[in-house]
Amino acid sequence: MKIVYADNNATTKVADEVIAEMLPYLGELYGNPSSMHTFGGQVGKKIQQARQRVADFINADPDEIVFTSCGTESDNAAINAAINAFPDKKHIITSNVEHPAINNLYKHLQKTKGYEVTFVPVDEKGFLDLDLLYKSMSDNTAIVSLMWANNETGVLFPIEEIAKKANEKGILFHTDAVQAAGKIPIDVKKTGVDMLSLSGHKIHAPKGIGVLYVKKGFKFSPLLIGGHQEKGRRGGTENTVSIIGLGKACELAKANLPIMDTRVRELRDYLQTQLLEKIPGSSVNGDLEQRLPSTLYIGFDAVEGESILLMLDREGICASSGSACTSGSLDPSHVLMAMKVPFKSAHGSIRFSLSHYNTKEEMDIIINTLVPVIQNLRDMSPFWKDGKMV
Amino acid sequence: MWDYTDQVKDHFLKPRNVGELEGANAIGETGSLNCGDALRLYLKVNENERILDASFMTFGCASAVASSSALTEIIKGMTLDEAAKLTNDDISDYLGGLPKAKMHCSVMGQSALKKAIANYRGVQILEKPGQMVCECFDVTDFEIIDAVKANGLKTTEDVTNYLKAGGGCGQCLDRIEEVIESVKAKG
Ligand SMILES: Cc1ncc(COP(=O)(O)O)c(C=O)c1O
Ligand code: FES
Repeated sequence: MKIVYADNNATTKVADEVIAEMLPYLGELYGNPSSMHTFGGQVGKKIQQARQRVADFINADPDEIVFTSCGTESDNAAINAAINAFPDKKHIITSNVEHPAINNLYKHLQKTKGYEVTFVPVDEKGFLDLDLLYKSMSDNTAIVSLMWANNETGVLFPIEEIAKKANEKGILFHTDAVQAAGKIPIDVKKTGVDMLSLSGHKIHAPKGIGVLYVKKGFKFSPLLIGGHQEKGRRGGTENTVSIIGLGKACELAKANLPIMDTRVRELRDYLQTQLLEKIPGSSVNGDLEQRLPSTLYIGFDAVEGESILLMLDREGICASSGSACTSGSLDPSHVLMAMKVPFKSAHGSIRFSLSHYNTKEEMDIIINTLVPVIQNLRDMSPFWKDGKMV
Repeated sequence: MWDYTDQVKDHFLKPRNVGELEGANAIGETGSLNCGDALRLYLKVNENERILDASFMTFGCASAVASSSALTEIIKGMTLDEAAKLTNDDISDYLGGLPKAKMHCSVMGQSALKKAIANYRGVQILEKPGQMVCECFDVTDFEIIDAVKANGLKTTEDVTNYLKAGGGCGQCLDRIEEVIESVKAKG
């Protein structure tokens, strides 16, 4: 069966060019990049190149790039460094729609370390309450950390504006740009963030490789204390193969940005328009404008997400849902709840996330499959009768 | 990935007895839109209290649909007295087992059946006995005690898997823990 992969916010295909770049280093070029000999040194050189490519991707200096094991580690390292830099400041500001990669760390800090965490709420469109955010900033705030793009809705936070405010008040600012990277332009110099997290597997590099950008001048303390690797900012022999792959992926992502904003956006908009038109009782979660060009999070009244996914799965279509029943917990997604999306469509919300590998043909397959699937489930649902909610 | 048996998949993809039932003389409803699953069970019962036919309408995940479908198959031909003895395990067994986190789907089937039987007999289901523990999912301490005893539940997570209690806002988790402890203490 042909797979229609529309779950790129979960993970992405490793690009062929990335695989080609990595293969020699998985095989004969296995040296340790820290070694004095030429055999290892050539790997070190290749890592330098990768670091430069990552830096170019986000307009940073190569020295500001720290390789980590994943986006989650980057997030944890950022918060950890902030806490260590300002041990007397016991307050953190974030949002109530963050990824578990960082959200659960906040809960941990609240519970075990006595931190006060302000979870700034979002409105129905997924926008932050900026007034409350700015009012919450105080001398006691160790760090403000906000995701750039939401992994479920794709809604974008005004990171540049917030970073500016934080800078003015002398508060450290971190952004989790794991979902933004490769989809919208990122320029750390222009944006003025102090730290920024990336994850390889969301931009066509392998899983298990991440980056933390750390602005020059910040007194960074490592999460993993060990060897001198990454200039003492992250101990452990480098994941050479993945770092090299990520370098290539960043180069490609930079080149592909215009495609995201044109062809991929058109595909997403086509999918969105068609589904809204062909399926009554459907609605898009999150703002339509301030949103990643590749994400469509759409809710269907009176049906449940897991059932939808399972029926799509039978046709080889890969997507995600905010449904409780797919996550192991029993409440629908905390993001939808934070946005006060009504239960009637929250449970039946499906996320399609595209990449430049997707085609118009695939959008048609999704549309032609989904229309009868929803109808089928509604025929079974006690909350749907004669074409509407009951 | 979905950890469903072939029977669950089969009953989900080809559910038996879907839709309103013509001539139904008993209806049992459980769950709600907010909870994420809901089941309406229709029964056609003859004067000897035998279930001649059954059908369902379900909003929910694959195992909720499969549990509903299985339930209708199981109870067809039973007398109401026989049906009243049905447990959630019977439903789950019929399907070759349900993943732990989905056991509440079988509980939902049992609960709808109880309500349908009461509906037929004209019995009012009284206010639930016991104290409310989980507001989100309308679960009392009596229900938790029953579930803990009947299924040997040990943790709050187990309770959530069976009754959903605690799976919403989470405010009641401490209270659930207390109830579990009280059952353990009494042996
Ligand atoms: C916004 C966001 N942050 C962090 C992560 C975690 O990244 P990783 O899977 O590399 O740990 C993800 C991916 O799941 C994400 O979407
Ligand atoms: S009261 Fe039990 S989960 Fe909210």
